[in-house]
Amino acid sequence: MNVITPFEGIGARVRRKEDLRFLSGRGQYTDDINRPGQAHAWILRSQHAHARILSIDTAVAAAMPGVVAIFTSADLTAIGGIPCGWQIHNKDGTPMAEPKHPVLAEGKVRHVGDPVAVVIAETRTQARDAGEAIQVEFEVLSGVSGTTAALDPAAPRVHDDVTGNLCYDWHIGDKAVTDAAFAQAAHRVVFETTNNRLVPNAMEPRCAVGDYDTTTGEHTLFTTSQNPHVIRLLMGAFVLNIPESKLRVVAPDVGGGFGSKIYHYAEEAIVTWAAAKLGRAVKWTSDRTEAFVSDAHGRDHVTRAELALDKEGTFLGLRVHTQANMGAYLSTFAPCVPTYLYATLLAGVYATPAIYAEVKAVFTHTVPVDAYRGAGRPEATYLLERLVDVAAKQCGFDKLALRRRNFIATDAFPYQTPVALEYDSGDYFSTLDQALETAGWADFEARRTEAAGRGRLRGIGISTYLEACGIAPSAVVGSLGARAGLYEVGTIRVHPTGSITVLTGSHSHGQGHETTFAQLVCDKLGVPISQVDIVHGDTAKVPFGMGTYGSRSLAVGGSAMDKAMDKIITKGKRIAAHLMEASVEDIEFDRGTFRVAGTDKTKALAEISLAAYVPHNYPHDELEPGLEETAFYDPKNFTYPGGCHIAEVEIEKETGRVTLINFTAVDDVGRVINPMIVEGQVQGGIAQGVGQALLENCIYDEEGQLLSGSMMDYAMPRADDLAPVSVATHTTLCTHNPLGVKGCGEVGAIGSPPAVINAVVDALRDYGVSHVEMPATAPKIWSIINGKSL
Amino acid sequence: MYDFAYHKPSSLAAAVSLLSADPDAKFISGGQTLLPALKHRLNKPTSVVDLTGIAEMRGIRREGNKLVIGALTKHVEVATSAEVKAAIPALAQMAATIGDTQVRNRGTMGGSVANNDPAADYPAAVLGLGATIVTSKRKIAADDFFVSMFTTALEVDELLVAVEFPIPEKAGYAKMRNPASRYVMAGAFVSKGPMGLRVAINGAAACVFRQTDMEAALASNWSPEAAAGVKQSADEMNGDIHGSAEYRAHLVSVMAKRAVIAAG
Repeated sequence: MNVITPFEGIGARVRRKEDLRFLSGRGQYTDDINRPGQAHAWILRSQHAHARILSIDTAVAAAMPGVVAIFTSADLTAIGGIPCGWQIHNKDGTPMAEPKHPVLAEGKVRHVGDPVAVVIAETRTQARDAGEAIQVEFEVLSGVSGTTAALDPAAPRVHDDVTGNLCYDWHIGDKAVTDAAFAQAAHRVVFETTNNRLVPNAMEPRCAVGDYDTTTGEHTLFTTSQNPHVIRLLMGAFVLNIPESKLRVVAPDVGGGFGSKIYHYAEEAIVTWAAAKLGRAVKWTSDRTEAFVSDAHGRDHVTRAELALDKEGTFLGLRVHTQANMGAYLSTFAPCVPTYLYATLLAGVYATPAIYAEVKAVFTHTVPVDAYRGAGRPEATYLLERLVDVAAKQCGFDKLALRRRNFIATDAFPYQTPVALEYDSGDYFSTLDQALETAGWADFEARRTEAAGRGRLRGIGISTYLEACGIAPSAVVGSLGARAGLYEVGTIRVHPTGSITVLTGSHSHGQGHETTFAQLVCDKLGVPISQVDIVHGDTAKVPFGMGTYGSRSLAVGGSAMDKAMDKIITKGKRIAAHLMEASVEDIEFDRGTFRVAGTDKTKALAEISLAAYVPHNYPHDELEPGLEETAFYDPKNFTYPGGCHIAEVEIEKETGRVTLINFTAVDDVGRVINPMIVEGQVQGGIAQGVGQALLENCIYDEEGQLLSGSMMDYAMPRADDLAPVSVATHTTLCTHNPLGVKGCGEVGAIGSPPAVINAVVDALRDYGVSHVEMPATAPKIWSIINGKSL
Repeated sequence: MYDFAYHKPSSLAAAVSLLSADPDAKFISGGQTLLPALKHRLNKPTSVVDLTGIAEMRGIRREGNKLVIGALTKHVEVATSAEVKAAIPALAQMAATIGDTQVRNRGTMGGSVANNDPAADYPAAVLGLGATIVTSKRKIAADDFFVSMFTTALEVDELLVAVEFPIPEKAGYAKMRNPASRYVMAGAFVSKGPMGLRVAINGAAACVFRQTDMEAALASNWSPEAAAGVKQSADEMNGDIHGSAEYRAHLVSVMAKRAVIAAG
């Protein structure tokens, strides 16, 4: 066995390989890419939420210095609209309303930021100067931004052919069984809430560079994407009609995505199309202001939930009615977020026997809404974990005892929920107990008393959550409306002297894949991580891939690598058997060494690879030369991370200001490859969850003007808004993927918001408060304390 | 950013004459307000006159019972100045809370005072200490200087050169920050000294103002409770997505109370 010192395999706290380039400013982001002869695009966007475009006069603009071309929808008649990747069916079986999403507005604009025209010029400044000189005559129309308001029959229509702005009216679960459960309930608890709309705000704004080789007819798009192959598929097949063989999509270093860089955006199609049209490269780079009105937003649900309990507190049934804001157009995965990523999670960690959920998706005059870190699961978790606290208070149960009473038993796995999912593993009692211990739950009242002496209201809140990630079995999601498969692809290329290049369809934009994946290879093939390179983000290099979102990279992408490594080992054994003149059945492999069982005859992996590439002594009759294998891994199930989050807050009575005091997370993310990276992922997720709970709020006025359109008004969490975060793991293994991993990218953002709000409500326990909507801002809390209307 | 001419005069006279010749020119010192406005194309000056080469606008010095601070003095310099800390510790403490480290290392006192952003910190200190603004033409009392939102008594070709702060017996500042911008939601700068008893409120209304009811209450009883006992009317308070006028009015009392506590 090849022992690498220090240990770098599974479980090692290895420093991130990629950080040297990021921390020293040598990352290569899309905006760092400049092509010879490159022109610059600037997009004229609507300032109106809803208006008819009466005319567009580009004459003055076109004559301005440096202008290469100006395009409007009239120039794009040969290309398609932006496709949606998921089709939901209504209760009656009919498909959802799927109005066209044009690349540039056709006839009408439907949200502030809707692109109207693109100017391409020699410099970005010239493009913008000319863009500001375009004369657009608008007939301003009434708009509607609110989810519930848009369903009013009298509301302005976002799309003329979509009645009542209803995209779909969908349901899941057994209504009759659930209604029957309510009929025999001793307690019924009603909870209504709005899950606040968020603006993702990845550190790197979006950017796209289109290039075209007139000699080969090859298009190249460099883009800030979490999934370049998906963009190639969507844009090539549906928008621009370019075959895959002539379209290369590169997503180089990407500075954060959080979901917002999954989707195919108009700007990608514009620069790719314009580059071919003009025969020169075209770059577009968003600024922060533009990002607020052009990156897909997150969340924005309005929900009424009812929980039925028997007199001891056992959950009997759950009914949920949710209205989900889709924005003005359907973004790539938008329809699946409030359905299969939300309603299927409504069992949570509880053995609720009957669940019925209805979801109405609604068009409004706002930026499209799509998956944002957690995507549906934070909304479900928030609803459930608030509902359980509300139920405990209303019915007089202890909130911990109520949770324990209803947890799915640790020996009940696999557990089939009433809302489609089958959980493979989990241990909610242990994560709860461990978190209670770490957080000092039992001593809380003493801390509350001490805080009271300082004029502060201290509260503690808990969330025992579960999520489904590692998406997803292709056949299952296909039956649910996905228009793509959700497998992943990995190639292991063992070079002649034994170093390794891994090609993966997963994409790293902050997750540390270049380290974690190298650790997988190190652990299995015995090669130090310095000799393992991870290649991702380029359709010309990686065979195929579905990309990174839904905490799927390790569970699905890592499993594909593992399968490919199995193929390497299988082939290597045959080569080793030939070289050592043994039977292949007698060859054992362990971390880089092939051994004839029971002997001291061994061959290192590098000797096998050399033999494979210099095949002088080689089993040519049985094997091809070379040592490279590719595997597609299609998961058998989702994975189900879960755990317990506990937040402790203090409220300053005089101002209502909420301060997070500390935060405890005990998460079951399955097998941990690199504990340090897991801690970083969880901490980052918690920062976003705390942001949603205390600070972030995307606010439109009723007609669709964005009021929180910059960092001046949209409160992102900063370091001093946070508090010490204790992150620990308690592992149960995923039973259906080869690595036993579940995923850690979203747990922080999913589990934390209800823990924080439960703590806020607990802090206000003397004020008769049953709920505080997110974000729990100071004026909101002050109004509650002082009995004022908000 | 649109194109503009750039000048860097080395004397006050030269700076003033540049602006006299071109009414659409803008002064710049630290640029913490003007540069973002230029980048967002919210401002289109013909030329930008960089003041940072003018020696007459620099320096912190004690002159008898006054502290004279040059307009180009950066927030970090005020925050860390031994002279300021000894004479008016509340002023140094206030400067230490402006914006963030980057802002404090670029932004200047003169820029902040002359801009008169209702949510800025310095106007509260200047008004709350009863300072005198020294310009290229004259001296202006703080009470006459802050006219309305983003508007001061400065004429178009008049340059703020320094501020003379009378040294108080005691002074204190407290503020509540806007959670998004970190500008002031409501703040209070209180002082007691040669300029009498003064309470200046910033952030809460369209322009910094003196809360005379609180001044009267504190004059008869210098205590946190006296300040807190005066209720600010919500009329003319700002109301927006970050807080209602009623909430800001409430904060005025709370911040005044805290400022008195800070003053000791």
